[in-house]
Amino acid sequence: MTVHELLQLPDLTALCLEDGEREIDGVYIGDLLSWVMGRAQSGNAWITIMSNINVLAVASLADVSCVILAEGVTLSEELLTAAKEKGINVLSSSKPAYETARLLFGSLS
Amino acid sequence: MKRYTYDFHVHSCLSPCADNDNTPNNIAGMASLCGIEIMALTDHNTSKNCPAFFEAARRYGIVPVGGMELTTSEDVHVICLFDSLEATMAFDQLVDSRRIKIKNRPEIFGDQLILNGEDEPIGTEEDLLINATSISLEEVPALVQPFGGVAYPAHIDREANGIIAVLGDFPKTPFFSCVELHDAESTAAYTAQYHLQDKKILVSSDAHRLTDFRDENDTLPVDDEPYSSALVRRRVLDFLR
Repeated sequence: MTVHELLQLPDLTALCLEDGEREIDGVYIGDLLSWVMGRAQSGNAWITIMSNINVLAVASLADVSCVILAEGVTLSEELLTAAKEKGINVLSSSKPAYETARLLFGSLS
Repeated sequence: MKRYTYDFHVHSCLSPCADNDNTPNNIAGMASLCGIEIMALTDHNTSKNCPAFFEAARRYGIVPVGGMELTTSEDVHVICLFDSLEATMAFDQLVDSRRIKIKNRPEIFGDQLILNGEDEPIGTEEDLLINATSISLEEVPALVQPFGGVAYPAHIDREANGIIAVLGDFPKTPFFSCVELHDAESTAAYTAQYHLQDKKILVSSDAHRLTDFRDENDTLPVDDEPYSSALVRRRVLDFLR
C-alpha cells in the first residue's frame, strides 16, 4: 500500500505529501526520538504525537515512508516547509495512536 | 574576579517527588555545609517557594537565584534563571497560565508544600506540577527574555526528560548558551558528540532530597565588586547569557 492510498482512509489528512507513491512497509509507534531513531525501520509509517523539528531529522534518518501525527497534532508552517525540502511525507490523524494503528492494521494486512 | 561555587538545580518540598525535608531553610543550610555560595531554587513548573528561599538563603550567607525547572510540551526539562525575585515571580505567573491542570494526588506525588521564610506551611499547590506545560522548547528562549532570564536544557546526560533522549539529538534551534550536565565526567564525551563547543557547560545536583547535595561542586567566575548579592546575581546571569 502506498502513502497516497493510505490517505483514502477516514481520519487521515496530508500535511505534506512529497512522495505519495512511497510503499508503506510496517508501522512504528513512539515519541521518544532517541528510541525511535534506533528502532523504526525503513518504509515504516511512524505514528507519533511529537511535533518538534527533530521529528523531521529522525524521519529522514530512519527513512520512514511517512510520519503520522496522531491526535490531530500538526506542524508549524516553518516545519512543513522543512518537511517539503527534505521530501518527507507528513500526515495528520484525528485519532489517538492506537486507533490510528488499528486503521492501518486493517488496510496493511 | 572571584570563583563562586554554585548549584543551579535544586528542588524544594513544593516539587512533586521531592522530600518534604527539603524546606527552604534546610536546603540553604545543607548547601552552606557543602560549600555552595550561589544556589538556584528550581522547582518543577513553579517558583512559589522562591520568596521563602531568598529569606532562608540570606540567613545562611548564600546568594539566592530565583528559578524554575520548566517542563516543555515535548517533556524536555529546561532550567530558567532570573536576576531578581520579582522577575522570577512574574515568570511564574506566566507559566501558571500555560500549565495543563491535573489534580495532584499527594499519596503518589507528595504534598507540594508552599512555605514561608520560617519553613511554616502557607499553602499547597493543588494541581500536579510534574506534567508538561503547553510551552514548546522552541518558545522558551523568547519567553524568558522579557523577564531578563536565561534558559538552558537540564541534565542533558540523563534519559528521563533530557533533551537528547527526548529529541534524539541536540536540536540546532532554538539556540541555548548553556547546557546542564548531571555528571561532570560526561563533559568531554557530550561536548564532542553533540557539538556543544559554543555552550557553557554547567554541572548541578538536581537535589530532590538533602542527601543529594554534593560535597564537590563546580565553580564559575564572578566580578563581584562592589559586592552585593544583587550584583552577583546580575553578573551570573550575564555570564550565562
